Amino acid sequence: MSNAGPLLEVRNLRVEFPTRRGTLVALDDVSFDIAPGEVLGVVGESGAGKSMTGAAIIGLLEPPGRIARGEIRLAGRRIDNLRYEEMRRIRGREIGAIFQDPLTTLNPLYTVGRQLIETMTTHLPITPAEARRRAIGWLEMVGIPAAAQRIDSYPHEFSGGMRQRVVIALALCAEPRLIVADEPTTALDVSIQAQVIALLKRLAREKGTAMMLVTHDMGVIAETADRVAVMYAGRIVEIGPVRDVVKRANHPYSAGLMASIPPLDRRVERLAQIDGAMPRLSAIPPGCAYNPRCPQAFDKCRSLRPELMDAGTTRAACWLYDTEAARG
Amino acid sequence: MAEATPMFEARGLVRHFDVSRPLLQRLLAREGRRTLRAVDGVSFAIPKGTTLSLVGESGCGKSTVARLAVGLYAPSAGSVLFDGRDLAEARGRADQRRRMQMIFQDPYASLNPRWRVADIIAEPLRAFGLVSSRGERESRVAELLTQVGLSPLDGQKFPHEFSGGQRQRISIARALSSKPEFLVCDEPTSALDVSVQAQILNLMKELQQRFGLTYLFISHNLAVVRQVSDRVGVMYLGRLAELAPAESLFRRPRHPYTRALMEAIPDLEMTGRERIPVGGEVPSPITPPPGCAFHPRCPLAQERCRRERPEMKPAGDALVACHAVEEGRDDAMPMPRLARDAA
Repeated sequence: MSNAGPLLEVRNLRVEFPTRRGTLVALDDVSFDIAPGEVLGVVGESGAGKSMTGAAIIGLLEPPGRIARGEIRLAGRRIDNLRYEEMRRIRGREIGAIFQDPLTTLNPLYTVGRQLIETMTTHLPITPAEARRRAIGWLEMVGIPAAAQRIDSYPHEFSGGMRQRVVIALALCAEPRLIVADEPTTALDVSIQAQVIALLKRLAREKGTAMMLVTHDMGVIAETADRVAVMYAGRIVEIGPVRDVVKRANHPYSAGLMASIPPLDRRVERLAQIDGAMPRLSAIPPGCAYNPRCPQAFDKCRSLRPELMDAGTTRAACWLYDTEAARG
Repeated sequence: MAEATPMFEARGLVRHFDVSRPLLQRLLAREGRRTLRAVDGVSFAIPKGTTLSLVGESGCGKSTVARLAVGLYAPSAGSVLFDGRDLAEARGRADQRRRMQMIFQDPYASLNPRWRVADIIAEPLRAFGLVSSRGERESRVAELLTQVGLSPLDGQKFPHEFSGGQRQRISIARALSSKPEFLVCDEPTSALDVSVQAQILNLMKELQQRFGLTYLFISHNLAVVRQVSDRVGVMYLGRLAELAPAESLFRRPRHPYTRALMEAIPDLEMTGRERIPVGGEVPSPITPPPGCAFHPRCPLAQERCRRERPEMKPAGDALVACHAVEEGRDDAMPMPRLARDAA
């Protein structure tokens, strides 16, 4: 394994849900990399597959969902086909997870200190006394005042913002190389959100931790991510540097999505809107899944599905950027 | 100048909640009653055909004001005036109720899953006796569905067959069915995706122009508020910190909390830039700080702010509850980047 390579590689990932009425394809042909120290933002509407991608990476797909094709590699090692116990060791030690609701991550019956200490002693070769010292250090690092006293408090004794910081400390304390954060700030007020984002960015920078940041909040993506993947109906439709995707998206869906964000710096008479709604998994149209809503769709879009292709500044799954057709 | 009667007016509105522990526990722990001051003296008026938004972080009391406005809560003190008449005294309650409706945040929880959409929308028509025949009801429901961008055929479906955005359209159709003049919208787009949010906000604007509706709009999203509002009230811990015309508020926020809130928002221009977080958290409304509730987080706080609660006083075209603004000390706090850029 070379150190220069990506930390996380996702290749042609396909997730299926067998149902009575046939197999639903929740994720189809999803591929991307994340380098050490890099933050990849994943955006899209509810049901586009953002959270599902995160769940597949940390090995917590809800049954009957299963990986049907493709592979996931962490630092070159394949992790999508591991047994439960092996994956459990990787979770926590090498991959930390942060979810939207801190209450689902924290055990209400244990003090936060016990949860931090247990996580560290499970994954790191250290004594409980050392783990306790480090736990206080982590709580201080995430901005919990009087950490030495608060370490023996229960989750319900913390406010929402403080709890989310505890969750972050918990995700980080075994010093994982990758963090999968699913809407980590959505339940928080803007002022607390800003504090949490600043913290995550600092950690990525200082510790070289790679992060996959799933959110529907484009403002958070704009300030945190290095690169962005836009998902639609279970596929990545565009991926590229954050500036290019946010300001000059090439795929018509990403462009429409960005345009529909209400601007903070001026009032517009009418917001740009994408008419219609994302299709259900059971009714994804043939060709490009976005074609019924796309103002630029042409014949090919209705029959053939585009792969990601070079669109200049980004890669976009859109026939508008099909150079072979242009040449032919 | 003779002012027209505002559609809606809140006068010194107060709502307290008793959050005491049970009597026996109180006796054992020798503690008194505890009161949560959710709304603690809020006054504003909304002229007919305009939108007033209340913004603030969770726990600031904005949703409680929304519930007081439509009479879902009775005020502990102060009054709510609807078209000049006190909501508490009005004997013609049914008529008042017909003229005001509410749209809720969660379109999954606010529609009865066992009812067909047509029945959901027709419920206010039945409750207020607004239609006399089945045919009239059906044509009114079809008209409402069309007005919110759905098909009349959708009336035969159940709520679970619709997406979040479509459900919010159904909520709006239900709210419009009694031909109200005043709509209270409590975070109507917060549960929706951004592309769907744009659809709903555009629809609400169209309906306002078409029917001359008056909106009380509750939101935590300043960008959304900027798009929909004529006036904006910024709430903090149960009180208004600032009340101003929307454009004025965004161009020249005066209250230190308004400035901090605007600075804390991420936006698309932020790539690679750090925002400046407001330090600390909103204090508990059960034990609010003395003096100005914002003083523990305020960079301009002085002795007077810790002692004396500021009242709303005029500052330009705004009303601001801040000693620093009143004393002209507010220049010490820089304008948020956003307002600087606009200037």
